[in-house]
Amino acid sequence: MSIHTRIVDDLIANDISFVTTVPCKQLAGVIEEVEARPEIAHVPANKEDEGMGLCAGAYMGGKRPAIIMQNTAIGVTINTLVTLTQFYRMPLPMLISYRGELREPVACQAEMAVHTKALLNQLHIPTYHFHKEDDVEELDAILKYTFMCSKPVAILTDATFWGGY
Amino acid sequence: MIRSDILRDIAPVIRDQLVICNIGLPSQELHMIDDQPTNFYMLGTMGLASSIGLGLALAQEKTVISIDGDGSVLTNFGTLPTIANNVADNFILLIIDNGSYGSTGDQPTYAGRKTSLAAVATACGCETVAECAAEEVKATLEAAIASAKMTVIVAKCESGNIKVPVITKDPVSIRDRFMEAVRG
Repeated sequence: MSIHTRIVDDLIANDISFVTTVPCKQLAGVIEEVEARPEIAHVPANKEDEGMGLCAGAYMGGKRPAIIMQNTAIGVTINTLVTLTQFYRMPLPMLISYRGELREPVACQAEMAVHTKALLNQLHIPTYHFHKEDDVEELDAILKYTFMCSKPVAILTDATFWGGY
Repeated sequence: MIRSDILRDIAPVIRDQLVICNIGLPSQELHMIDDQPTNFYMLGTMGLASSIGLGLALAQEKTVISIDGDGSVLTNFGTLPTIANNVADNFILLIIDNGSYGSTGDQPTYAGRKTSLAAVATACGCETVAECAAEEVKATLEAAIASAKMTVIVAKCESGNIKVPVITKDPVSIRDRFMEAVRG
């Protein structure tokens, strides 16, 4: 089973049926899998804060949402995470490609990578870092934890996890 | 007519519908005019009323009306292609276009100058777009609800605000009450 199938199987097993995405090269496979699965309504967003708005609406409509995006989006979405997702206490699993880590070819990506965990920490967002392929074993428990505590939760997935850039 | 006149006018039409109301004065005015459990008041996060409304409309079958402003749509312009390409026939986006950022002191927006939001919505692929004068909003909204077609309404009105108290309700209470109304 591919890592992409494995991840999307876990989303579906946790009753996640509304997924919004802003693409990243590392996430291409998982986004393709989300699009292919009939159990999930896939709504691509133009910007990640827009995506979080879509997820908030879907959640209030009775669906479990998730967002798939790049770590640069943390810079875009701080206000939305704080004044919408956290303030109204809504669950939001965030599957994030952690660009700018080991094996990164694009220098500029390292600039945001060095701030990513600090920002998530400052926002009191529970954060998990998938570095090795086996780390995916925790995804199911992380998703359950997210809906248990009704918080945004970050799952950072780096290039090593994806098997190279 | 100014925004609060439109809200007073349409209050009987929207009181039984699910409403996502824009941040600042629009929410404060609607809250004062006709507070309903079917109203979701945005206390922060400028620009996302249309996105929240679309997500809600895609997730369940009841009619959803997002009450937005020209300034907020300009802030989240990416919303219009997303709306156009993810058709939810139970979704109405009502943009109250007074050509100004009302909640922050009536600074002019580009929608009050050369930019037509109705033309932009059409160019983005929204199939049913209606621009109307303030006096016609109630009838236009009623027709949109009856049509069961996804509709973007651009309601042109004058700039101006009334004195309203801020909303002091707890956000989680607003959300919980709203979700109960969605399920009910």
